[in-house]
Parts: sequence; structure tokens; C-alpha cells
Amino acid sequence: MLLIHCPYCDEQRAEIEFAYAGEAHIARPPDPSALSDEDWSRYLFIRSNPRGRHHERWRHIHGCGRFFNAVRDTVTDTFEATYKAGEPRR
Amino acid sequence: MTRFSAFSLFAKALGGHQSWPEQWPDASPKPGYDAIIVGAGGHGLGAAYYLAKKYGITNVAVIEKGWLGGGNTGRNTTIIRSNYLYDESAHLYDHALKLWDGLSQELNYNTMYSKRGVMMLAHNVHDVQSFKRHIHANRLNGVDNEWLTAEQAKEYCPPLSISPDARHPVLGAALQRRGGTARHDSVAWGYARAAAALGVDIIQNCAATGIRRGANGAVEGVETERGFIASKRVGVSAAGHSSVIMQMAGLDFPLESYPLQALVSEPVKPVFPCVVMSNTVHAYMSQSDKGELVIGAGTDQYVSYSQRGALHIVEHTLAAICEIFPIFRRMRMLRSWGGIVDVTPDRSPILGKTPVPGLYVNCGWGTGGFKATPGAADLLAYTMAKDEPHPINAPYNLDRFRTGRLIDEAAAAAVAH
Repeated sequence: MLLIHCPYCDEQRAEIEFAYAGEAHIARPPDPSALSDEDWSRYLFIRSNPRGRHHERWRHIHGCGRFFNAVRDTVTDTFEATYKAGEPRR
Repeated sequence: MTRFSAFSLFAKALGGHQSWPEQWPDASPKPGYDAIIVGAGGHGLGAAYYLAKKYGITNVAVIEKGWLGGGNTGRNTTIIRSNYLYDESAHLYDHALKLWDGLSQELNYNTMYSKRGVMMLAHNVHDVQSFKRHIHANRLNGVDNEWLTAEQAKEYCPPLSISPDARHPVLGAALQRRGGTARHDSVAWGYARAAAALGVDIIQNCAATGIRRGANGAVEGVETERGFIASKRVGVSAAGHSSVIMQMAGLDFPLESYPLQALVSEPVKPVFPCVVMSNTVHAYMSQSDKGELVIGAGTDQYVSYSQRGALHIVEHTLAAICEIFPIFRRMRMLRSWGGIVDVTPDRSPILGKTPVPGLYVNCGWGTGGFKATPGAADLLAYTMAKDEPHPINAPYNLDRFRTGRLIDEAAAAAVAH
């Protein structure tokens, strides 16, 4: 089980308190109807799925309830950092 | 290759079984091939076999970064069924199911395909309605599936608890009698042996490190740990690592890779006659011929390549098993492991051509690729040989994520992914 540091509670807690919420830093296009099908499909479906550093969102669902971002290595499952939503990509 | 038969078994027994030849040679890469398959799992080895057998393309290499059948082929729970909701899915999975029949004879290798039946439990009104809809849709597609009452389900699978006092009482079940299990390793070994006998090179410990493309964009070969191997046709069948391989060719694929865990109990005498799945309580189980109860459920929640998952997922699965089968409450678990599954947004595979000429793909099987092994292998071979998809796999193109013509089995599959 992963141990995850919530940047809001500033505590290291067990994974069962958290919900994974997919890749981080994917901004919804401001004007979807202006997008080509290609670009809309990229936004909806294409994820980086890297073998290595992955930026991802987690929600401390059984804690403060807030979303935050994390950088985790997908080969070792080690967290490099967690940081608050809205902070720049690490 | 020695043909396996009662006679050869008897003849070798006279020599104390000392003179069996190796089943297939461990090949080293040649400079070039007519076709290369990346990934020596059941799907990849099967594709090489069908390329050689059906389409006469025998100068084929299967390259594998680890050992043959050591990925998801050796890590799944061996369940075979074809009772999917949509027409495209029914055609695809039933194509595979038909090939399972007679596969042992064709390969001269016992895959131990056992039509013991796959039973899916309905625990609430929604389950009942949705399973009956599945049954009708399946029967329209010529796929067997029938409705059982709770009592009939208990008769088919005596360890099942149908107590009305259960937290999730069994209201009935859908049964596909042609469904069942097969020996997963045998499938890889059988295809490997039959393909090697037709001239296919199986090259282990040879990870792909790049896909070389020419000036016109077409594939020229695969860069590997053991040097460049030229081929104008490359098929990628790399399960959880498919998106990594496709990126080597400059393609972004709609895939995410998750750990999927499974576990087995200590071996016991035959006690469990079929496969039982419960979507609502969320677990599935069968008993292997070794006697172990083989148990699985959903994936871990996060993207990972670590081939292991968290214990609380296993705990959740076992809680569900104890709920449905109280007789197994004191059973001890022996081993658990994880595999990395590549999941598409619509939970249906991507099987066919890619935007890169000469590059073909068979990926996105997510949590349910084993059952499709012979079918997917056959269709990948067809697509690579003819440079066009077979009508069965034509809908499973990459372009569906642009057009929106998805095959949305996310909600229609039997167990939540």
C-alpha cells in the first residue's frame, strides 16, 4: 500500500484514505467547439502513461477531501513530491 | 520436433524419458525478417504461428524482453468466455472461443481448455435486468448464454451461498456453458513450439529499444538490446508496455497501464466445478487442476509498471469471496502477484493497422485479454499478412477515438474493471 503525503493536512497517510484521480495538469480547452476532432480526441483520451515520472492527481477523500498533485515514479511507485493544486508543475 | 502422442510417450518411456528434444530452440536474431512480432506472450506467439501456418510467412521473429509467456500470459486467471454485450465484441470474443475448440489438437499440445461454464451472479434488480439483456443480445449473435434461477445456480455450483439473509443475495445467474478455463502457460508454450516448428525464431531477453522508420515514414525494423533487426512488417503485442513501444514509433496511444492482481489459495481436492463471477460483490473465482482456488477482481487505482499492487485490494477481493462462498472463509491463500494491463478509454482493444505504414498493433485488452488469445493472434496475423483488417477486427481501429464510434464495453463487461 502506498504512503501518501497530503500537502494540505501535511501528514503521511495510507493509500486507503486517498482516491486516485488520473493524470494531472490536463487543462480543459477553453473553447471546445473550436477544436479539431484530432485535438479534442487528444484532450479526452491521450494520456502520457510514462514508464517513470508521472504527474497525477489524488484526492484525500477520507481526510480533508481536497485534490492535490503528485509526482510518482511508475516503475518503483515511489513518490517524489506532492504539492497543492494550482502550484506549478514540478 | 517430436510429435506428442501416446506412442511417442511410450517410446520415450522405454528410454526413461531422457531423449526428449528441446521443444523449441532459443534463437538469436538474424539481420532481417519478413515480419517481427514484439512480445512473446500468447497473443504474440499465436500471431507468429498463424502468420506461418495460414499465410505462409515463416521468416518471422518474435522478440521478448523477458522470458516467453512471463508477462500477462503467465499472470492472468485463465478465464475464457465470449458473452459480451455489443455485436462487435460478441463477434471478436466468439471468434476466439471457436478457436479454443480444437486448439490442443491443432497445436499438438494440451492447452487444457475446459468448458466448465462461466456463471455470473445477479444480486439486485439492476443485475437481473442487465444480465437478461446480455443473454438476449448474446443469443441474437449466436453466443450461448442462459438464465438460471438462484436454485439452479446453486445446483450448478454447490459451494455457492444463496441464503436470502446474505448481504447481497443471489437472485439468479447468467451461465455461458462454453466458457471455462485453460492452462495459460500451455497456450504460450504450445504456440511457441508449433511456431518454431514452422520456422519462427523466438528470441528472448531481447527488449525493443526503438522502432526505426524510413524517410517515407514506413517501418524499417526494430532496434533491440541485441542490435537492429530489419523488417518492413512489425506487429506490437506488448500488453502493459504497448504505449511505451508505440511512442518509440512516434505514436501516442489512448492507453493507461494499471496493476491487476490475482491470487491463489492452498491446493485442495476438487470442490469448485465452474467459474463464478460477481460484478456487484466484485470478485471472481475458479479452481485450477492443481487444486488452487484462483481468485481475482479489479485493478489497483493508479497507473504503474511495477507488477505489484496493494494488499487492501486483495483484502477487498477476499471479503467478497467470503461473502459469496462462506465455506472458503478458513481457506488460506498461498500466493498473490500482479501484472500490468493496458486499458483503453472504452475498455475494448485496439487491433489493426496504425498510422505508421508497416506497423500493426494488438493492445488495449485491459483486464480480459487471455480469453481472446487465439482470436487476437489470428486477427493480428491476418491484418499483418493482408495489410488490411479482417471484418471482425475492423471496428477495433485507433480512429474510433477520433470519430467517437467507441465500443463501450466499460459498463457492459461482466466484471467492473
